[in-house]
Amino acid sequence: MENKDTSYWQENLRLIFICLAIWFFVSFGLGLLLVEPLNTIKLGGYKLGFWFAQQGSIYSFLGLIFWYGAKMNKLDKKYHAED
Amino acid sequence: MEELKLYTYIAVFGTFGVYFAIAWWARAGTTSDFYVAGGGITPLQNGMAIGADWMSAASFISMAGLIAFLGYGGSVFLMGWTGGYVLLAMLLAPYMRKHGKFTVPEFIFDRYYSKTARIVAVACLIIASLTYIIGQMKGVGVAFSRFLEVDYDNGLYIGMFVVWVYAVLGGMKGITYTQIAQYVVMIFAYTIPAVFISLQLTGNPIPQLGLGSTLADGSGMYLLDKLDLVVTDLGFKEYTTANLGGTLNMFAYTISLMIGTAGLPHVIMRFFTVPSVQAARSSAGYALVCIALLYTVAPAVGAMARLNLMNTIEPAAGQNLEYAERPQWFKDWEKTGLLKYEDKNGDGKIQYTSNKTDQPVTITSAVSGKEIILLPNEMVKVDRDIMVLANPAIANLPNWVIALVAAGGLAAALSTAAGLLLAISSSISHDLMKGVLTPDMSEKNELLAGRVVMTIAIMVSGYLGLNPPGFAAGTVALAFGLAASSIFPALMMGIFSKKMSGPAAIAGMCSGIGITMLYVFQHKGIMFIPGTSFLGDMGPNWFFGISPNAFGAVGAIVNFAVAFAVLKFTGPAPAHIQAMVENMRVPGNVSAAHDH
Repeated sequence: MENKDTSYWQENLRLIFICLAIWFFVSFGLGLLLVEPLNTIKLGGYKLGFWFAQQGSIYSFLGLIFWYGAKMNKLDKKYHAED
Repeated sequence: MEELKLYTYIAVFGTFGVYFAIAWWARAGTTSDFYVAGGGITPLQNGMAIGADWMSAASFISMAGLIAFLGYGGSVFLMGWTGGYVLLAMLLAPYMRKHGKFTVPEFIFDRYYSKTARIVAVACLIIASLTYIIGQMKGVGVAFSRFLEVDYDNGLYIGMFVVWVYAVLGGMKGITYTQIAQYVVMIFAYTIPAVFISLQLTGNPIPQLGLGSTLADGSGMYLLDKLDLVVTDLGFKEYTTANLGGTLNMFAYTISLMIGTAGLPHVIMRFFTVPSVQAARSSAGYALVCIALLYTVAPAVGAMARLNLMNTIEPAAGQNLEYAERPQWFKDWEKTGLLKYEDKNGDGKIQYTSNKTDQPVTITSAVSGKEIILLPNEMVKVDRDIMVLANPAIANLPNWVIALVAAGGLAAALSTAAGLLLAISSSISHDLMKGVLTPDMSEKNELLAGRVVMTIAIMVSGYLGLNPPGFAAGTVALAFGLAASSIFPALMMGIFSKKMSGPAAIAGMCSGIGITMLYVFQHKGIMFIPGTSFLGDMGPNWFFGISPNAFGAVGAIVNFAVAFAVLKFTGPAPAHIQAMVENMRVPGNVSAAHDH
C-alpha cells in the first residue's frame, strides 16, 4: 500500500511538473520575456507576442487543465484510487 | 433618452427579480443542506457558479477599461486572473477536497494543528477579502451613479444598501443557482455589445478574431495597426507594445495575480462542495472555460473601445469634435463626474492628447514618424472604469444593449460581493468565534454574528470606496497580492511538504503578508487613506521598480523562505500530521464534505 501510494504521488508530481513548465512557458516565456522577438512575427493583425499575452496563454491554460484532468483520471484508475 | 431609462429599469429590476426568485425557490427546496449545494449540480453548472463568484466588477467593468488604456501592459490581468486556475487545479483543489472541510482556516487548523494558525489565517483572509470588496464597491458605485443619474457618492450609498439587502437575504442559501443566473446575464451582457462592435468595425462577428482583422472602413488596415497609429499620433504609448512598468514589474504582477487567484478563500471554498476529487479537477477546468469566454473577449472590447473613443473625439487628424456637438453619452458621464472636459485654448473643440502641460509641445510620433504639435489635453478626467459601461453608447448601439450592460455590471459586482461577504462572515463566526473563542455558541448566534460581521464589512468597504485608492481593478489587484503572500504558500506547503510544521507556517504567513502590507501602506497610505503614505507612490521609490500591486509575488517568496528557515530550527510536524498529508494526496475513500 505504502509503495503504491508513493509511486502514485511520484507520477502525479511528474505530470504537475510538465504542466507547470508549459504553463510558465506560454505565459511568462512567450507572452512576456520573448515578447519582443515574437512581435516581429504576425498572426493576422496580431503581433505574435501580443497574441500570446492576451489570447494564446488563456487557450493554453484551458488545454493544460483538461489534459491534466484526463491524465489523472487514468492514473486514478491504474492505482484504483478512484472514488 | 427616456427609452434608454425605461430599458435600463426593466433590465436591472428584471434580473434582480430573477435572482431573488431563484434564491427564494432554492431556499424553499433545500432547507436541509445548508452548505453542500446538493448532488444535482453538474460540473458545468458549478463552473458557471464559480465564474460568477470569481468574475467581479473588476473583471466586468474595470478590466477592459484598463486594457484600453494600458494596451499590452493590461495583459498582466488577462494572464494573471486565468493562470491561477491551473495552479488551483493541480496544486490545491483536489487535495483540499479530499481532506473535506468547509473553510480555509479550518483546513489550516487541521494541517498545522494550531489555533494560532487558524487565527492568523482568519486575519489574512479578512484583510485580503476586505480589500477585494472595496473594488466591488467602487464598481457598484460607478454602475449605480450612471444608471440612476446621481453622483458617484450617492451611487455608492445606494450600492451599499443593495449589497447589504442582497447578501443578508439572498446570499446565504441557494447561492449556487443564483450565481448561475448571474453568470448567464453577465456573459450575455459582455459579449453581445462586443459582437456588435466587432461587426461594425471589422465585419467579423467574433470579437477574438475581429481584433486581429482588418478594418471594414475600406482602408484595408489591420485594426491594431490603426490603433497604434492613432494613439501614437496623439502622443500616447503604442498600444500593442506599451509596457507596464518594465518586464520585471509585469512578471511580478502576473505571478502575484496568479497565486493570489489560487489563494483567495471564496474561490477555494467552491471546490469543497463538489462530489469527488475528480470533480474538483474538472470543475476547475469548466470554471476556466466560463471565465475564458469573457477574458478572451475583453482585449477586443478594450482595444475597440479605445479606437471608438479616439475616433469620436477626433474623426480625422485635426478635425476635432465641437464640445457643443458632443454626443449624449458624453453628457451623461459628465454628470457622474467621471468624465471632465476643460476648454483650455478656448476654441470650443475637444483636444484629447497626452500633453499634460498648458503649452503645445512638438513630438515625433513613434509609429508614423511624423512631427506633430500636441495641443494641451482637454479631457482632464477620463475614468477608466467607465469604458465598458460607456462602450455600447460610444458605438451607437441600440438602447437595450446599453441597458443589458448595466444589468451585467451589477450582476458581476453583486455576485462577488456576496461570495466575499460570505467568506468573511463565515471566517469570523465559524472559525474565530465558534472555532476558537466561544465553542459552545448556538447556531442561531453564529448566524447572527455572521450578519453583524457582514454589515460592518460593508460599512468599512463603503468608507474606503468613497476614498478610492485607485481604479477598481487596481484595488482588487492589491487583494490578490495579500492572498498570494499569505494563504497560497501556507496551503501549498501544507500539501507538498509533509514535514512543514505549524510554527514555521505561522511565521511564513505573518512575514509574507506583513511585508506586503508594509510595502503597500508605505506607498499607498495606511489603510489606503490618502496623505498617510510615508514614501511617495512613484517609480523611483519602488523596490526594483515593482509596483505595490505586484508586490504579492515578493511577499510569497518571503513567506516560503521564512517558513523553511523556521522549519529547519524547530523540527518537522508530528507523525500523525504527516500521515494525514499522505492520505490527502491519494484520492480513494473520499469523505463527503462534512462540518466537523
